Amino acid sequence: MMENLGLGIMMEVPTVIINVQRGGPSTGLPTLPAQADIMQARWGSHGDYELIAVAPSSPQESFDYMIMAFNLSEKYRVPTLVMMDECVGHMTEKIVIPEPEEIEITPRKLYDGPKDEYLPYRPDEDMVPWMVRAGDGYRFHTTGLTHDERGYPAMNAECQHELVTRLMDKIRTKADEIAVLEEDEVDGADVVVISYGISSRVAIPAVERARAEGVKVGSLRMVTVWPFPENRMRELAKEVGALVVVELNMGQMYYEVERVAAGNAKTILVPHAGGWVHDSEDIYQAIKGGAR
Amino acid sequence: MTKEATLEPELSHPMEELLRMDRIPHIWCPTCGLGTVVTAFASAIQKLEIGLDDIAVVSGIGCTGRVAGYVKIDSFHTTHGRAIPFATGLHLANPKLKTVVISGDGDLISIGGNHFIHAARRNIDLTVICVNNFIYAMTGGQVAPTTPLTANASTMPYGNFEQPFSIPYLADSCGAVYVARWSALHVRRLVTAIAEAIAKPGFSVVEVISPCSTLYSRRNRLGTGLDLMRFYHDNCEIKHGADTRELEIKFQEKITVGKFIDRDRPTFVQSMNNWYGKVFGDEYEPYEGAVE
Ligand SMILES: Cc1ncc(C[n+]2csc(CCOP(=O)(O)OP(=O)(O)O)c2C)c(N)n1
Ligand code: SF4
Ligand SMILES: [Mg+2]
Repeated sequence: MMENLGLGIMMEVPTVIINVQRGGPSTGLPTLPAQADIMQARWGSHGDYELIAVAPSSPQESFDYMIMAFNLSEKYRVPTLVMMDECVGHMTEKIVIPEPEEIEITPRKLYDGPKDEYLPYRPDEDMVPWMVRAGDGYRFHTTGLTHDERGYPAMNAECQHELVTRLMDKIRTKADEIAVLEEDEVDGADVVVISYGISSRVAIPAVERARAEGVKVGSLRMVTVWPFPENRMRELAKEVGALVVVELNMGQMYYEVERVAAGNAKTILVPHAGGWVHDSEDIYQAIKGGAR
Repeated sequence: MTKEATLEPELSHPMEELLRMDRIPHIWCPTCGLGTVVTAFASAIQKLEIGLDDIAVVSGIGCTGRVAGYVKIDSFHTTHGRAIPFATGLHLANPKLKTVVISGDGDLISIGGNHFIHAARRNIDLTVICVNNFIYAMTGGQVAPTTPLTANASTMPYGNFEQPFSIPYLADSCGAVYVARWSALHVRRLVTAIAEAIAKPGFSVVEVISPCSTLYSRRNRLGTGLDLMRFYHDNCEIKHGADTRELEIKFQEKITVGKFIDRDRPTFVQSMNNWYGKVFGDEYEPYEGAVE
């Protein structure tokens, strides 16, 4: 899968991939929850790249964010991963499906200009090139090799630099625009709990318990997990005393948080090897430990 | 001197319309059989009078994988072994497009072997041109699942002891509807076979025995590509309708060529439409593609 994720990035093919995570490595825990593929999603294919990933925490969100994932992948012409986990994957809850005309759909960036002027990898202002379809008469070529604007292989460092920089910048420079973060009582908080996917729901009782005891605790739930919302996290680290990261793995997103916190806030990991969700007590203790 | 008066003839390639002349010279070695394969493919398109916007080519990785980069139709250079799945997607999105896979023996039968057998089983409407040079050429002459017993390869320095696949037998037993084998010497017959295979609805396979002068030939002290052509001339035996169980290629022995299989079986899309038509009756709208 990972090699072809790279092909999708290189060819700039709008793609949505769903990963319902279970405990690993290997066959691991079929099928019990984990969130231990979150770094694989980001770095699993070889080479340097950026992509988009979203993490729903309920059936309703799985529906809504699936549409969002398709829209983002079309807009940026980049593979977009929907990082679910076993809990969300097997969950049964009521969902509301809107009327088709109420669903917002980002159309594909289809080129319809003069054929002789078309270059498949000439970037538009947003750094995203225009697409054509096979059979539309453009007779284009595309490859997983490093290529120039014509889509032809170009085996040299200059072209590699130009291409890889653009592929990364078209996402990186839009990270704030892409980011969907749900923040709750973050202003003036002493501790902020950071989570995504099922862990966001599991963290709620611990946050409420600590609040009831007077701890100023906020929460930040990452709906989009990649690109990492660096700017917001950096800001937050300057405002609060501690960032508590709750994830169903032995520490993955935690290191991103630690990196951007850069010592401005204490960073605390609540790890879990997978197989079940966190014990609320562990999250509560971490919040208490982070409070000034 | 005016242009008309010059003694130098205007040089142009007779197949210019079908080739990406801006990418010539190609990367292939002198006396490699791949140029012949491209010519045969282009001639088959001309013979069939297919519109150049109505056909696409998909290649995997290898010396043969580079074919996609030289033909001036919609052309896709994908990842190692994954030409068939990529082509399957292309075909299913737009079944009106003639989709042709041109790739190597290693690519299609080794790493891509599973895709090959299942595409044949499902009778996906694709044409597969498998260039068999008995070796992984691009990467330095490693043993392939087609290397004849006792032949030398860089990873079989004392000769190959692994039983190879016979491509026609494999294709036949998995359900391909058209199976032929020719060599790079049999240009006219090869053109006919490729044209027939393209015209045939369903999974059709043309194996092309092709000289790799640089690796297979050199390692086995078989001379140049020209010497191999001479060998094909003296040792290929045409036997249409031969029993595919008897098509094993032994090292430097007789090679049976010909058209072995030409039968009718509903394609994947036809089977789906027939079946759902039965199950759902008039409520079912037969699938004709996702592209308007
Ligand atoms: C996943 C992966 N594994 C290995 C390679 C290296 N590789 C490139 S071409 C090739 C073999 C190609 O052999 P074949 O399909 O017979 O093509 P030929 O070069 O002989 O035409 C290999 C192993 C690769 N590109 N990708
Ligand atoms: S290495 Fe062999 S197959 Fe590859 S281009 Fe040279 S002769 Fe052809
Ligand atoms: Mg080969």
